[in-house]
Amino acid sequence: MEFLTLDVILNSLGEVGSTVLYIFVGTVILEVVVYFLWRPLEVFSRLIGRMLSPLGNAIRHVISTLLLVGVLVFTVASVSVGVEQPPPPWAPYWPLAVVAFLVGAFVSPTAPKIFHWQMRLPYMLFAPALVGLLVLVIYPLLWELNVSFTNLNPRHFKSPDFVGLQNYIEVFTAPVLKQVTFFPVFLRTILWTVINIAFHVTGGMALALLLNRKLRLKGLYRTLLVFPWAIPQPVACLAWRGEFHFEYGFVNIMLQRLGLPAVQWMTSPTWNFAAMCITNIWLGIPFMMVILLGGLQSIAGEYYEAAEIDGASGWQQFWNVTIPLLQPILTPAIILGTVWTFTNFNVPFFINQNELETSDTLVTALFRSAFQYFNLGDAAAFAFVNFGILLVFAILYIRATGGLKGATE
Amino acid sequence: MTATVSPQRHKPSAWERFFKSGREDSPFKRIVIHAVLIACCIIAVYPVLRVFSVSIRPGDRLLSTSLAIIPEDATFEAYRTVLIEKEFPVWLWNSIAITTSTAIVGVILASSSAYAFSRWRFPGRRPSLVFLLSTQMLPAPMMMVPIYILALKLGLTQTYRGLVIAYSITSVPFSIWILKGYYDTIPHELEEAALIDGVSRLSAFWRIILPLSTPALAIVFLFSFMTAWNDYLLARVMIASERSLWTWVLGVRDFQSQFQTQWGLFSAASILVSIPVMALFLYSSKWLISGLTLGSVKG
Repeated sequence: MEFLTLDVILNSLGEVGSTVLYIFVGTVILEVVVYFLWRPLEVFSRLIGRMLSPLGNAIRHVISTLLLVGVLVFTVASVSVGVEQPPPPWAPYWPLAVVAFLVGAFVSPTAPKIFHWQMRLPYMLFAPALVGLLVLVIYPLLWELNVSFTNLNPRHFKSPDFVGLQNYIEVFTAPVLKQVTFFPVFLRTILWTVINIAFHVTGGMALALLLNRKLRLKGLYRTLLVFPWAIPQPVACLAWRGEFHFEYGFVNIMLQRLGLPAVQWMTSPTWNFAAMCITNIWLGIPFMMVILLGGLQSIAGEYYEAAEIDGASGWQQFWNVTIPLLQPILTPAIILGTVWTFTNFNVPFFINQNELETSDTLVTALFRSAFQYFNLGDAAAFAFVNFGILLVFAILYIRATGGLKGATE
Repeated sequence: MTATVSPQRHKPSAWERFFKSGREDSPFKRIVIHAVLIACCIIAVYPVLRVFSVSIRPGDRLLSTSLAIIPEDATFEAYRTVLIEKEFPVWLWNSIAITTSTAIVGVILASSSAYAFSRWRFPGRRPSLVFLLSTQMLPAPMMMVPIYILALKLGLTQTYRGLVIAYSITSVPFSIWILKGYYDTIPHELEEAALIDGVSRLSAFWRIILPLSTPALAIVFLFSFMTAWNDYLLARVMIASERSLWTWVLGVRDFQSQFQTQWGLFSAASILVSIPVMALFLYSSKWLISGLTLGSVKG
């Protein structure tokens, strides 16, 4: 039991402050190094380029791609899986990999473009974030990729074996949890995403349209409606879990006062899923509302005046003026909303608290598989399948709507 | 004379002004709109009020089937217990320290990277942007084991430092996208004029672009702050075994998940952690709309 004394405050301030300071100093040093390294690198890459020019660009591309892929495979295979596991026998040859990487980078015909001195500023600015992402996103991904080919689980914790694609096959053929197989969880996650997004978008759109009218008390309404977004998510989820209590939660009390039977929110699989959806719909509408309201406010009134002169009804105006003009906002909002709902962890986890396997979405199933059953190999393969599904969805959606074309240009 | 002949303007009463402020809507329609909005506001606010209501109930009547918000014999006993008899203040302080520094680091990293993405067409730019977007699709539990192992190797488990670093990096990709979208809407001519005046590119960024991007920077700060403030998973993985380092999420969940849920403590603690965030949120709500949408409008 510890109390908040001055000592505790100063201690944590010291640690946190020094962390920020280290990161800041590291950032500056990295940026300076990149800045002054670019000129020599440019000269060097030009030199190499001139020497290799008889080879032709196609061959240079092939050589550099082969070398870089080789280095990637080597890196994945060398990431040690366990804490106590000895490094693989090929790990001491890492300097070779470094050399191969450098050769691969400079052989590529794009090297002189990358190391052009005018490009030193963007690379310098991006370098600190890139290093962070390499350590905290790329490295974990490589680790997961490596683990997904092994049978790392409680029975083989010290010395996992390479099992090839077995984990990936088992995702689809064997139960991913104790009783549940992949496809029911997958379908439930799809259902969860579709229900939530449908309600978020229609609800958010309806409220945004209402708030976009000339109206008294608009500011007050907007402030109150943003509440579910502003309240910390774990608090909201845990509070909702309490409110789904069979006897003392307000949901059942209200149902009973309306003369309806009370519902087993926590033990019936269907109602538990419904409880998750209700919570997440309540949580997610304000975000859509705020985004869409911003979009609506950016549409000039002349469009509507013109539509009115042409005799368009309110409904026609909505479909033919509002929706097309909102598209640049709607598309990214729907993509982000879908991705966030699909990967939402807090709501299913806090509402269900790992009790009913039948309420798990892919993400909580993943958590359970990794942290409750410690089947890390299976979980890694499962995670990549999840990621792949979402990536395919996003690509298809972006292709279909052309939504992000402007954003990456 | 014509001026005095013109028909006497009817001076609207306050009540009429309330209902007739709209340009085109009929009074009936306006009443319906207000009714719908009021109903939605009640749905939005009621669960929050319930938490508050439980927090001021006396300890022997925490579980009741009453729907009233203010109980008859309201008491702040639970707040006293949470603030004085429990470690809660330490957890709250931990969260504040970790979250604030996370948001600062996140803004520093994202604001400079986003400038690179907005103003230069460097090789690798498009793949990097797509990569940043696809990190949003990684399921969070996937990263926990490797991050834990990495932290273990670097000796960063059970420290604030590990959490600050991990949180600030996780929020960077989304922040870069928001800020890039916002920078794109700022005309290049502004910097070009400064460059002609002999100002360096970086000081143009510092003196022109950053001040103009205040709304987006506020949003990014808020998002990084919220990501770290609301996180349960990473905190559980990194600092679960050291009770004095806990963030409030771990503590509040502890109140709820013991054999007998301590509803009073849970509710009081929840209200206490919600107040600062909600204040921050409502204060920045004037930037919220412009910061979030301006980027995507212009694309």
